[in-house]
Amino acid sequence: MISFSAVSKRYPGGQQGLQEISFTLEPGEFVFVAGRSGAGKSTLLKLIPAIERPSAGTVLVNGQNVGALRRAAVPYLRRNLGLVFQNQRLLYDRSVYDNVALPLAFSDHSPREAERRARAALDKVGLLGRERARPVQLSGGEQQRLAIARAVVNRPSILVADEPTANLDIESARSILEIFVAFNQVGVTVLIATHDEALIEGCGRRVLRLSAGRLQP
Amino acid sequence: MIRSWIRQHRRAFAHSLAKLVAHKSTMLLNALVIGVALALPAGGYALLASLESLTVRLAPEPQLSLYLKGDAARAQIDAISVKLRSDARIAGWRFVSRGEALAALRATEGLAEVVAALGENPLPDAFVVRAKATAPEALEVLARDLQQLPAVDQVQRDSAWVRRLAAITATGRIATGVIALLLSVGLVAVTFNSIRLQILTHAEEIEVSRLIGATDGYIARPFYYLGLVQGALGGLVALGILAGALAALNVGVRNLAAAYGSAFELGFPGFGDAAGLLGFAALLGWLGAYLSVSVHLRRTP
Repeated sequence: MISFSAVSKRYPGGQQGLQEISFTLEPGEFVFVAGRSGAGKSTLLKLIPAIERPSAGTVLVNGQNVGALRRAAVPYLRRNLGLVFQNQRLLYDRSVYDNVALPLAFSDHSPREAERRARAALDKVGLLGRERARPVQLSGGEQQRLAIARAVVNRPSILVADEPTANLDIESARSILEIFVAFNQVGVTVLIATHDEALIEGCGRRVLRLSAGRLQP
Repeated sequence: MIRSWIRQHRRAFAHSLAKLVAHKSTMLLNALVIGVALALPAGGYALLASLESLTVRLAPEPQLSLYLKGDAARAQIDAISVKLRSDARIAGWRFVSRGEALAALRATEGLAEVVAALGENPLPDAFVVRAKATAPEALEVLARDLQQLPAVDQVQRDSAWVRRLAAITATGRIATGVIALLLSVGLVAVTFNSIRLQILTHAEEIEVSRLIGATDGYIARPFYYLGLVQGALGGLVALGILAGALAALNVGVRNLAAAYGSAFELGFPGFGDAAGLLGFAALLGWLGAYLSVSVHLRRTP
């Protein structure tokens, strides 16, 4: 479960990122965070894995107060979250397999178990057979699938994705969305930030609308 | 739990070796810098150890020479003999007349002509005294007391040169320590910088890893091993330089020692010292890496 309670975020320069945001995401929900560029979508998503800390209010993730977490506890929070970043953050000097297996290295699975999980994750996103390829050899859509495979390889209960369909054609965007829907159908809580209204409309899910850092009614 | 810990460290070590191989020319140059810098104090240490073993080998019994005044009468000499015999601090003594001393000098290679040119014997009568005590303070007191005897012109402690050599080596040891300390700081800085460059090279990987759940320990471990291995390689280079330098120096040292009838040569550090040098170099490498990684992790949120 994710719960925001009167959360505000002000950056050191004085810029207000979020103001008095409150909402709750129940386990197994699929929710969009919508809004124009600069509305605060990325800031909101960054508060969940403690990439940013709230200036005020409380962010609870699976019962943990993220704002009060010690630095040493943050990695363990992140291992239980599946994070898909806006620009994917793939390692372009590594193979597809190495990118997917990266989170398993710190979760300390045996090599055999790590390989099994990595292959399973690649299979779910349709990239099995491309293990040896480099990310640059993949299309934009495939790179996004690879980022999703890396996010789900640790079997997280919550999947958080920031603009996962940005710069993709409509067909690729739809297929990416279908992957998230498939994960949601097996009980994974999904939170996707997007400015693509067409994507949201066709999906019929709950939407949190942000404007200038405030949640719209 | 232990298996997991071993697996994590094995993986980190493998990563560090992979980094080492990927940047082998840079790493080898760093190891060379570390090796050359360590070879200097290590060489000083080896030299001092050899000199110290020489002073231990040559250190004579505590001995004093009592030079009598030129006009010392036979009766005064006899009185001194009695005094020496009755002094409990003295283990033994012998009288060397001025005639015997001149004969010994004349027998010394190359001095016969000088002695012949002197015309008359300038040497005084003397007593050579062996003291029971070896402590410098006790010898000092004995020398002062003997100096008070009538007809004694000068008392000389014959082991003075050994003490001077020991003092020189002790000073050299301090100087070597200071040089080693300064160079160690330099080596930590060299490792700090080389690891910092490695961190910058892998900045993207580090950042992504942290975003998806890597702990600081996981990030830092391969760099610690890298510093450790680089330092140990530097230690090996230092030992190689030291072996080569000592072998070259010993050619000259053996010839010089042979001229004095000695088989002295500079000794290569023993297994313990060599292992200590390697360990010290590895420790410096680890310290440089530790500081570098700590600074980086502290600066990044």
